[in-house]
Amino acid sequence: MKRPHNDVKRFQRFATAALAILAVFALLPILLIAIASVTDENVLVSSGYSFLPAKLSLDSYYYMVKQSQMILRAYGITISVTLLGTLGSVLLTTTLAYPMARPDFKYRNLLSFFVFFTMLFNGGVVSSYIMWTRVFAIKNTIWALIVPNYLVTAFNVFLVRNYYTNSIPHAMVESAQIDGAGELQIFFKIMLPMAVPTVATISLFTGMIYWNDWVNGLYFISDAKMYGLQNLLIRIMNNIQFLKVSSNTALLGTQNIDLPGSSVRMAMAMIGILPILILFPFVQKYFVKGVVLGAVKG
Amino acid sequence: MKIWGMHMGKRRGKRLAKTGPLLLIAAPGILYLLMNNYLPMFGVFLAFKDYNYVKGIFGSDWNGFDNFRFLFKTHDAWVMTRNTLLYNAAFIVIGTIAAIFIAILIYELGEKRRVKLFQSALMLPNLFSWVVIGFIAYAFLNADTGFINNTLLKSFGAEPISWYSTPGPWPVILLITYLWKYVGYFSIVYIASIAGIDKSVYEAAQLDGASKMQQIMRVTLPLLKPTIVIMTLMAVGRIFYSDFGLFYQVPQNSGRLFEVTQTIDTYVYRGLMELHDVGMSAAAALYQSIVGFLLVMGANALVRRLDNENALF
Repeated sequence: MKRPHNDVKRFQRFATAALAILAVFALLPILLIAIASVTDENVLVSSGYSFLPAKLSLDSYYYMVKQSQMILRAYGITISVTLLGTLGSVLLTTTLAYPMARPDFKYRNLLSFFVFFTMLFNGGVVSSYIMWTRVFAIKNTIWALIVPNYLVTAFNVFLVRNYYTNSIPHAMVESAQIDGAGELQIFFKIMLPMAVPTVATISLFTGMIYWNDWVNGLYFISDAKMYGLQNLLIRIMNNIQFLKVSSNTALLGTQNIDLPGSSVRMAMAMIGILPILILFPFVQKYFVKGVVLGAVKG
Repeated sequence: MKIWGMHMGKRRGKRLAKTGPLLLIAAPGILYLLMNNYLPMFGVFLAFKDYNYVKGIFGSDWNGFDNFRFLFKTHDAWVMTRNTLLYNAAFIVIGTIAAIFIAILIYELGEKRRVKLFQSALMLPNLFSWVVIGFIAYAFLNADTGFINNTLLKSFGAEPISWYSTPGPWPVILLITYLWKYVGYFSIVYIASIAGIDKSVYEAAQLDGASKMQQIMRVTLPLLKPTIVIMTLMAVGRIFYSDFGLFYQVPQNSGRLFEVTQTIDTYVYRGLMELHDVGMSAAAALYQSIVGFLLVMGANALVRRLDNENALF
């Protein structure tokens, strides 16, 4: 009976080796832009982005510090949007989910269907764009980055509702009622604090969505002053490309000296993901839990 | 995950709560869904109008099914439908196989620290926005300074390729990008599913002298089948929706690539925001919504027949 044991060890060695290779492939692209962001611009122009550049330089980061006003502004907008969006989403989602979890609420099934139907059918991007811009005049306001699409998703509502139904006994509500608490009091003093584990999960995912969102900005923001980080990145990608086209026609040949375009581009991408890289080790556990919670029951 | 179930029975005999206060608590969320989700549903009539920015939503003239007639006469309609379906089909098949493969490897590692390390590394790309991934792809593909042209192809002595204007390789590029971003993430679901398998089944298999490989083929995979079926059917229900960022940001919106990168979502965006053809893009969006609706209903009906517990409704 020794064979199976050897077998297990051998398979573990194989798994470790295979995963190590896969992990390298997962991380190398990130390493490439990290190295590119600190590569000397002349080296980039002559030999391109590489893992082993001939010369390193921090010019791109100096350039960004000089241009910091625009970048800080975009950072500020993205941080505010992420915080406001996540807070708003948590409030709207938990308040909507809670009555759906109350067995003594008359319209719970109707309300569940009302939320659920949004998963089945949608009016499409075009009519919602026309509505947000023509009816609510949301273009080029901070609300355009927060309100459309992400505040309440049926999926999160059901996640919270299931948590309330499965983990918080209805008797708690009843005893609070006997003590004379009103519904609002019951919700904010008891139910919301008790839902903290799920609230943490949906905050994490919603926060990620807001931090990474560029679609709302693409549709609703045309004023560069209102760009969040992601939309600033899109703009920079297009702009530097535009510069390249111009310098090919020898009109703006000197532009490249002021602007270490190839490395700045990657440095910008780096500061876009830096907060994620820093926070990731701390939230990884909750992230995994959230994915499992959302995908399979139990 | 059963998310919409009837619980009529339980309520019988219980005193009902006052409706008003509970409805009041739910009101902000209800209002938001009315605004964000239901109002646009009524806006689908735009697809039957010759929309004019000056005349507005209600002032524009009706034109019946003209938008749809024009849309389906174009080559674009065929291209975007084909691309959306084929890419999604490839993503579902290859993505699922890759995710299960990784899940089995990670699960068999056993040692916790190593599990966390590899899982984190494979999950990390999922946390980046498509904009950033577009930058990363650019670092590889850019004709002048890209890693592939300057380092890889050069070392083989091959000619540089102008990637952003050569459609041929893009199906592979998009597939690789998709797998890079999603496989680690999807494998989490399968790891959880494997972890849920009763250990005594493996012990029994071991006693019968089954090798590790045999255990995987004869125990793990068959027991994963329900999860695989459910996950696949859910994805099939969304097969008419493409990942806008993958097809818009990664190819840098390059017109030369539209034949292989245009999907329904990019078409709708371009029609609306770049060509300002509201009627046509509204028609394409409604086409997507209706076929998408039918697919979700169909997929769910199938799931319900196979495994009622996991049906959406």
